[in-house]
Amino acid sequence: MSLLSPIAALGRVTLSGLAQVGRITLYAAATLAHLVRPPFYPREFLSALLNVGWLSLPVVGLTALFTGGALALQIYAGGQRFSAEAVVPQIVAIGMVRELGPVLVGLMIAARVTSSIAAEIATMKVTEQIDALVTLSTHPMKYLTVPRVLAGFLTVPLLVGVGDIIGILGGFTVATGQLGFNKASYIQNTVDFLELPDVVSSLIKGAFFGFIATLVGCYHGMNSGRGAMGVGQATKNAVAMASILILAANFLLTSVLFGS
Amino acid sequence: MITLSGVHKGFGANKVLQGVDLTIAKGTSMVIIGGSGTGKSVTLKCILGLVTPDQGTITLDGQDVARAEREAFLARFGMLFQGGALFDSLKVWENVAFRLLRGALKRPKAEAREIAIEKLRRVGLKPEVGDLYPSELSGGMQKRVGLARAIAASPEIIFFDEPTTGLDPIMAGVINELIREIVVEMGATAMTITHDMSSVRAIADNVAMLHGGVIRWTGPVADMDATDDPYVQQFIHGRAVGPIESVR
Ligand SMILES: Nc1ncnc2c1ncn2[C@@H]1O[C@H](COP(=O)(O)OP(=O)(O)OP(=O)(O)O)[C@@H](O)[C@H]1O
Ligand SMILES: [Mg+2]
Repeated sequence: MSLLSPIAALGRVTLSGLAQVGRITLYAAATLAHLVRPPFYPREFLSALLNVGWLSLPVVGLTALFTGGALALQIYAGGQRFSAEAVVPQIVAIGMVRELGPVLVGLMIAARVTSSIAAEIATMKVTEQIDALVTLSTHPMKYLTVPRVLAGFLTVPLLVGVGDIIGILGGFTVATGQLGFNKASYIQNTVDFLELPDVVSSLIKGAFFGFIATLVGCYHGMNSGRGAMGVGQATKNAVAMASILILAANFLLTSVLFGS
Repeated sequence: MITLSGVHKGFGANKVLQGVDLTIAKGTSMVIIGGSGTGKSVTLKCILGLVTPDQGTITLDGQDVARAEREAFLARFGMLFQGGALFDSLKVWENVAFRLLRGALKRPKAEAREIAIEKLRRVGLKPEVGDLYPSELSGGMQKRVGLARAIAASPEIIFFDEPTTGLDPIMAGVINELIREIVVEMGATAMTITHDMSSVRAIADNVAMLHGGVIRWTGPVADMDATDDPYVQQFIHGRAVGPIESVR
């Protein structure tokens, strides 16, 4: 019995994880159903666009800039081992656009946006504001969840696009300033090398990650426990779950988009 | 008319309501009294469908509320929450005018604002307060904003969860009068929870006392003092000694 208990514990965790994923899938379906049925709340949507998109730009930009720069240094150093240091522009471009851009932006959005959505909605829940919404004939799903999820779905791809460009710029700055690359040919190499599917896949990933990050934030906020501790738990769980789901989705999307 | 029959609600092992039977006639004012934690707020939430009873039925004008069309059902209600429950991302006047700015009762912004300012005046708040955010108000002011929001769309049925807690005696008097006015002049049905016996006398047509998960006593407010129910007597006189255990 006691020998089996770690296995039983593992089973429990797996089951509860699966149940969690099931519940969030149902929540996603309900969100989509509300998305297409009026009433709509344009003001909430605009403020979500501002919060999710515009105000995330500095964080996304800085993350991408430093990562692009570091990437250039690493590839140069690694490439030197077999005299292939000239590939820096190409590898920085493909690394940023296909992988690091979307993943880093997704994770930064999970840290910045998922946490704030979860904490805000959980606080509304524990202070009875969600109940108050209902008594004022306003569906919390339509008023709180739909605007945020839609804003995430639409703006995170744009953020990823910006992140890709700034990341490449970071690589460019380091490569031309420090590693002696020629500016014009660096740009030429990058543009020649990138293909449309690289860019499109980047944006598709962004849309999925934006959807996941905002949806998970809303879900945990709405299902928050009571009191300040409930809010803390909801926020923590939301960020952890969003990060894991984003990385898992990244793997799945990469296999689907580039697997064959 | 609202009727509750055999309503049960528990949270895990905590059996809060254990068969509540209560009738509130249209256009009357019912006040619910009872010790802290006996389930008064839960009772109101059950009627509104914010909490689903485990057992029993609740009807509004003969129709089961669980089967009512939610939108139309909720449009008839106004509710003041015990904690105010103001939306802290919206200005005070936008809170009050919430219903008037969206949905079925939507009207032009200027008009909604005017109504909101008028309702704020009725709860003793100046028009300037309308442009503040809820977090900039004192507890008692937040309570009154919550009250203004509950009555903003002139609903038929209004629930007040402790409308006068946290208010000074004069302001409490103003609010008691306001609730009475809403019932008498506008013909609304009101259900009020309060711990303040002077409020009870000012507001109530009928009183119900919730204790031990059931309605222990109910009747017209005039009969309240004369009842020989020891629970009611202990409660209205605030005695520490009696059938209601004060130290648990
Ligand atoms: N959502 C909930 N989850 C778990 N328990 C709850 C919930 N809501 C209320 N309770 C419990 O139900 C009981 C009654 O709560 P309620 O808020 O109705 O009390 P009350 O009569 O309004 O008290 P007070 O006069 O102090 O406001 C309490 O023991 C409370 O802990
Ligand atoms: Mg209460």
